[in-house]
Amino acid sequence: MQLVFAVIAGVLFAAGFYMMLRRSVLKLAIGLALIGHAANLTIFVAGGLTRARAAIVPPGADALASGVADPLPQALILTAIVISFGVVAFTIVLISAASRAAGTDDATCFAEIDA
Amino acid sequence: MNILPVLPILIPLTAAAASIPLWSRPVLQRTAGILGALGLLVTSCVLLHHVDHAGILSVQIGSWPAPFGITIVADRFSAIMTVLAGITGLAAFVYSVGGVDDRRKRLFYFPLLNLLLAGVCGAFLTGDLFNLYVWFEVLLMSSFVLMALGGERAQLEGSIKYVTLNLISSLFFLVAVGILYGAIGTLNMADIAMRVREGREPGLISTVSVLFMAAFGIKSALFPFFFWLPASYHTPAFAVSALFAGLLSEVGVYAMIRAFTTLFTQEVGYTHSILLVIAGFSMVTGVLGAAAQQEFRRVLAFHSVSQIGYLVMGLALFTPLALAGSIFYMMHYVIVNANLFFIAGIAHRVRGTSTLKAPGIVCVYERAPLACLVFLIAAFSLAGLPPLSGFFAKLILVRAGLEIESYVIVVTALLVGLITLFSMVKIWAEAFWKAPDATPEATPETGEGPSPARSMVTVSVGLAMLTVLIGVFANDVLKLSLRASEQLLDVDAYRRAVMGVMR
Repeated sequence: MQLVFAVIAGVLFAAGFYMMLRRSVLKLAIGLALIGHAANLTIFVAGGLTRARAAIVPPGADALASGVADPLPQALILTAIVISFGVVAFTIVLISAASRAAGTDDATCFAEIDA
Repeated sequence: MNILPVLPILIPLTAAAASIPLWSRPVLQRTAGILGALGLLVTSCVLLHHVDHAGILSVQIGSWPAPFGITIVADRFSAIMTVLAGITGLAAFVYSVGGVDDRRKRLFYFPLLNLLLAGVCGAFLTGDLFNLYVWFEVLLMSSFVLMALGGERAQLEGSIKYVTLNLISSLFFLVAVGILYGAIGTLNMADIAMRVREGREPGLISTVSVLFMAAFGIKSALFPFFFWLPASYHTPAFAVSALFAGLLSEVGVYAMIRAFTTLFTQEVGYTHSILLVIAGFSMVTGVLGAAAQQEFRRVLAFHSVSQIGYLVMGLALFTPLALAGSIFYMMHYVIVNANLFFIAGIAHRVRGTSTLKAPGIVCVYERAPLACLVFLIAAFSLAGLPPLSGFFAKLILVRAGLEIESYVIVVTALLVGLITLFSMVKIWAEAFWKAPDATPEATPETGEGPSPARSMVTVSVGLAMLTVLIGVFANDVLKLSLRASEQLLDVDAYRRAVMGVMR
């Protein structure tokens, strides 16, 4: 199962970087979102894939039983999702304002400041 | 729970929160912001004094014991960086009073500055790796908005490049943190240091450490990741440029130093020799790029890249004297670089343009001679002339390099200093000293423009005096840097302060 997730994360990274290198800045934003998802998936896999063992202390016991799923990577992913959500929202507004100012969404035309 | 290490984060955050509802009263908003920056500076100085005398200070947030909770740790290096953040923050605030136009001020400029400072201090003071990622994102978001604030076309274009590359760096950081957690099982920096030293998974740790190097390398604008910096730092408002150049790249260097002195020292021959090569190339490419530029802030942006090479050179040499050199250089460089960008703003105000070779434009000497003197101090300090701070900073690094017979990097550092001097003299000649052409066709376009605001010149003079003071009291500053670098290399003391005397 780890192999499947690793391959999916790899494909998402590849797709994301490919989109970021396209000419249109909207595709740049889509690429950023894709590699954000890929990073989240990587953390998920790296934290260990345990099936159907929730991290809940059993009734009457003092501590977690061994071999439960690790809740910490899931908390990390939630934080990362929220952060990348805010960041992608900002990026989309930014590229929309930049395209309007430049008159085109072609990234190669954004070279006015490179004297 | 001792609250002192948390105050440098709380004060700017509270000031930002308090100043956002005051958007209809700009004077009050400005005052709340400046009070926040002043509070930050005072608190960080008290923190440095306390840590210097009493040792590493650590606070467990929420009283969760380490390594389960998040720790805020202040050792000498973090405290020094927080003081630098306070100085640069206060300078940016005071400069913005006269240096930033009213439209930007109405768009929540001052609360954003405070949020940026809160994020920066959070990054300096945290003892948990994922918390570092969160503070990086806080300061990154504030910097995105500050860079685009104002909405000119140049700003938006620069923002896209800035946003893209910094987001890639964040994502590399996130992936590296995830893989490190999977390999080691903890995110607390002291705990990671301990488990890495126990020798777990050495191959994977080395790989992850290079991924961290890439992430922090993009953030601190090292070779070969630095291309976003000259493409974006010359576009926003001048106070924002100065704050970014003086503080944001240094957060990346701080993270790099923290990662490669506390966390990943298990394969020094490999990781630190890569850092040495990167440092050398950064120095050279930065300064050669600067020689080709014709706009004031672009020259300074390329010089930022080159000076960051010096900072990482000290880290890469990895002796106590070299790390002390890095810390001394950090103190000198933050103040000088921020000052140079502030002066670029003053020059723009006087001349009306930032291009260097502009025939018919009045030179700064005719309208603001004090600004010329301040530029001379800052520029010569950057190039490394005695008795200013840059000379002693370079001297310590060169001495550290010679002590371990690392001759290539020492020669590179000295040659780059010479080319830096050439660059600074070029700016001086074109922008500050050359009299405008007396030909009748070349009428001065905005030569009758306003002279720079008092707040702008006051800030530059203050920072220049700091530069001179660091040069005069170089021995005391060196002693502080040596104490800080010995504490950096003493990972056991760090671990004991965070986790108590347990194992």
